[in-house]
Amino acid sequence: MEATTNLVENENVWGGGNKPLNASYGKMMMWFFIVSDALTFSGFLVAYGFSRFKNIDSWPIADEVFFHFPFLHGIDAPMYYVALMTFILIFSSVTMVLAVDAGHKMQKNKVAVYMLLTIIGGAVFVGSQAWEWKNFIKGEYGALETKGGQILQFVSADSGERVALSSFAASQATDRAQHTADNGLWYMDEATLPTYTVAEVQEGFLANSDLRVKSEMIDAETGRKIVFDRAASEAKIAQAVHVVEGANLIRNEYGNRLFADFFFFITGFHGFHVLSGVIINGIIFFNVLVGTYERRGHYEMVEKVGLYWHFVDLVWVFVFTFFYLV
Amino acid sequence: MAHKLSIFRGLLTFKSNEQKIWGVLIFLSIITAIEVAFGIIKPAFLLTPVLGMKGLNWIFIILTIVKAYYIAWDFMHLRDEKRSFTSSIVLPLLILIPYLIFILLIEADYIYNVMSDGFLSWNF
Repeated sequence: MEATTNLVENENVWGGGNKPLNASYGKMMMWFFIVSDALTFSGFLVAYGFSRFKNIDSWPIADEVFFHFPFLHGIDAPMYYVALMTFILIFSSVTMVLAVDAGHKMQKNKVAVYMLLTIIGGAVFVGSQAWEWKNFIKGEYGALETKGGQILQFVSADSGERVALSSFAASQATDRAQHTADNGLWYMDEATLPTYTVAEVQEGFLANSDLRVKSEMIDAETGRKIVFDRAASEAKIAQAVHVVEGANLIRNEYGNRLFADFFFFITGFHGFHVLSGVIINGIIFFNVLVGTYERRGHYEMVEKVGLYWHFVDLVWVFVFTFFYLV
Repeated sequence: MAHKLSIFRGLLTFKSNEQKIWGVLIFLSIITAIEVAFGIIKPAFLLTPVLGMKGLNWIFIILTIVKAYYIAWDFMHLRDEKRSFTSSIVLPLLILIPYLIFILLIEADYIYNVMSDGFLSWNF
């Protein structure tokens, strides 16, 4: 019967009572999950790097894509907004560590306050990301696409600044209507038609002699996109087959198609992690409030969810570098 | 749990864990501020290629890894864990990720060369 007693005593070897490497079962599994998730993210980011190196002389320049800042309409403010988002996330990481630290000291109220701050920080971050996506999807200037999938943007010859389609496209009479299920074939749909047709943009371009076409190609010496002279611009315009406004999974006005796909996929996957982190934090916050961990005698759950939360921050540090800085 | 309260190899020791957290936050904020400043100014002398990439990009990547280190070591308190535990987490990542980067980027560069030196036009 001795053996049985021992068995009962160690009953929770598989339930978390045992501590290999001095870390509890739950914490260790959280770490192993993080390791595998880190490999997933590195797979995505390296795939992004692959596509970028493959198109190294024509990849979009981040500063020309992300330049919005709330309430600063029309002002070119690259970097500031993502920098702000980064600070928000790092700060919510700090309140999370403080919650864990308070948990070690069994200070229930402090844990609750810090958890709440963490949740707020996370929610603000997700909101910011939604705003970033909105700007990205909506686009600002619009562009043309050639048959080969090249994006042609428009700049003013004097200032070199981008020019929006709406400011020069001509207006032509057209009987082309948006195909919808109720006025056409019920089993087919059509993507939303752009505001202007290719012919309207071409006519507007020919009428404005100070417009130039900015290509996708990067000048190796200056690191800027190559702008064609007027004759080459007109030749390029003639090859256009699509008007592109904003971004979707098929084409985007910023340049290489893969760019938008990776942007949506990687920041989307990260945003999904933040969202689930906020939800999990919310559950733990609720448990803290009702005193679950006070009764359990330790706040290790806060520590575990904290590990996940810091991991989300850690991933953002890399996404920030590879999407916005490099 | 006992906390190790020194960072920078003992150069800076804090009185409590809470203070260390704030200290690390300040450090991470400074690094982020440097990154953002470099990202906005883009000093011309850093735009020359070093080892196949712009010097500035190397700075960004190194600063990112420094940040990742302090997030993992102090926020995720790997510093306080057993060394064997830390290694079992960090080593697989340190081995696999650079390997993946090496393989895929070399391949991508090769494809770039095929497309740019080949006789087909990929851009029309």
